[in-house]
Amino acid sequence: MPVAESSRRPAASVALRHVTTVLFNDARRRENIYFGVLAVLLLVGFPLLLDTFHLNLVGKYLTYAFVALGLVLCWGYGGILSLGQGVFFGLGGYCMAMFLKLEASDIASTSIQSTPGIPDFMDWNQLTKLPAFWVPFKSLFLTVVAIPLVPSVLALALSAAMFKRRVGGVYFAIITQAVAAILSILIIGQQGYTGGVNGITDLKTLHGWDIRSDSAKMILYFVNAALLLGAIALSFSIIRSKLGRLLLAVRDREERVLFTGYDVANIKTVVFVLAAAFSAVGGAMFTLQVGFMSPSFVGIVPSIEMVICAAVGGRTSLLGAVYGTLIVNYGKTYFSEAFPELWLFVIGALFIAVVMIFPDGLAGLDLRKALHGLLTRASGFARKRKKPAALVPPAAPSAPQTNAGSQ
Amino acid sequence: MSPPLGQSSVAAAPNRHLLETTGLSVSFDGFKAVDDLSFYVNKGEVRAIIGPNGAGKTTLLDLITGKTQPTKGHVRFKDLQLTGMREYQIVRAGVGRKFQTPSVYESLTVFENLEMAFPDNRTSWSAWRFRRTPDVIAKVEEIAELIYLRDRLRDRAEILGHGQKQWLEIGALLIQNPELLLLDEPVAGMSARERESTGKLLLEIALNRAVVVVEHDMDFVKQIAHRVTVLHQGKLLAEGSMDDVQKNPKVIEVYLGH
Repeated sequence: MPVAESSRRPAASVALRHVTTVLFNDARRRENIYFGVLAVLLLVGFPLLLDTFHLNLVGKYLTYAFVALGLVLCWGYGGILSLGQGVFFGLGGYCMAMFLKLEASDIASTSIQSTPGIPDFMDWNQLTKLPAFWVPFKSLFLTVVAIPLVPSVLALALSAAMFKRRVGGVYFAIITQAVAAILSILIIGQQGYTGGVNGITDLKTLHGWDIRSDSAKMILYFVNAALLLGAIALSFSIIRSKLGRLLLAVRDREERVLFTGYDVANIKTVVFVLAAAFSAVGGAMFTLQVGFMSPSFVGIVPSIEMVICAAVGGRTSLLGAVYGTLIVNYGKTYFSEAFPELWLFVIGALFIAVVMIFPDGLAGLDLRKALHGLLTRASGFARKRKKPAALVPPAAPSAPQTNAGSQ
Repeated sequence: MSPPLGQSSVAAAPNRHLLETTGLSVSFDGFKAVDDLSFYVNKGEVRAIIGPNGAGKTTLLDLITGKTQPTKGHVRFKDLQLTGMREYQIVRAGVGRKFQTPSVYESLTVFENLEMAFPDNRTSWSAWRFRRTPDVIAKVEEIAELIYLRDRLRDRAEILGHGQKQWLEIGALLIQNPELLLLDEPVAGMSARERESTGKLLLEIALNRAVVVVEHDMDFVKQIAHRVTVLHQGKLLAEGSMDDVQKNPKVIEVYLGH
């Protein structure tokens, strides 16, 4: 900015402008600030502004943000589009739900069943014994281990089957979609083992702690928010490292990376498994906060909705993923209450808009420019009011305004 | 250039060639792209591979680098059987390849492009833990000097000229210190002056490794190649110095006969 012009500005405006320039010029520092803003919003803003019901709702939305975050890493950075992230979200959620269900199915509360001590839906389906794969979920420790582990192992198996054979792009997306369909059909079909289409419901306590109480919901919200912020911090450390640059390189020039001596399949596997583990943590937090898990979070539709969340936020923006998830899911709640039959059209239109009009999502809208535009306008306005006293040449005040207009 | 670090040059016994293909063949749907090809390259040599379009030049590079698996025959590099190895393993064994079109990471700076190729921390974990140490910086600067991009280190690769991108890609190979460098049309699209610099560069880097160049530009081949291999319809047509090859009636017929 020319010195002569700035010297005519009110000192406060110049100082403010200077501060924003210093703070926002460095991309990394800018990201740190935005991360701080998000942390304050999640840990202070929402809890102060919202009642427990709505806070719990936001908490639910934030569990999808784990999935969107994973998609930013594996799709936005690594170029691997997975349309089956609901699988990992669901597996994490089911692991948690199995533990909670077993705790809720103690002998005393299930004494009217023909086989007391097993989950009610098993009893309805004439099972007389707890299936072997349920047994580890009697232990909270094993459950906590299983939540990230089970989906990671599945992601690892899928990676081994596909990345090593160079299955990528659309083919990979279709296969992940098929996996989502298979898993949801499997869960629905095996009612006696999984609770079927109803899912696993009537979850009450976690190690004796009632998760349905308001105070528990509040605490779970904070645990969820803290875990999410931790996942974002971990993701930042990845995308800022050489591994992050490698992911971009794999996305844009896979062959060059391969012929630079990197095992591309291995890099893709790592990011896909990480995305799966993130999703699983989100799924487990979903079960805890919402109190049930069902196949409707596993299949194709939820998996695609999660991709749309990431796309709306901006598929290469970690923070955008969180905002995108909040906005899309708020919209979903609002629309499916007000105009239930319209929601699918809205989300379809949203997807088209993101692809065609703003491919970088919300993060692609330049906040800094918008802020500077606002500041310039504000300082111009302040000066206009002072003008008669200051005897400024008539041409001068218009300069910042055209500036603002062009931004 | 310092001699290859940590790579044993003793492995290649005096009479053994650095790279040797025996009876190498590959066919795609019955079309023999490379047919019973045996040839060898020695250390310190700049070898040009020429031949009309469809002669199998690029396919030969694909076979050596593991991009394509041969239907018959073997590729040996030092004491290693390259046939059947994965691409990245072949690269790590010391074979670098430059593609026909410049293939650099446009959104990264010249420095970052070279750093990406630094032959350490190639696993995901070590790439995550990677820190820019003085060795890395020194090595990147050394290579940048060699490829005439010392003062462009901070520029993004996308704003480089076509020729400079080619050099950058060569630099990204050199930082890995390969013992065998395969270059597919390195001077395509370069100005006369850039060609000359590239020729100088190749002769300099060939001092302690072997360089194989696929090239159409005969003047450039004359400038750099110690020996020339002529391919025709996947077969070896002639081999020798540029002068010998140019006098060879079979070569003349292939190039001018139709």
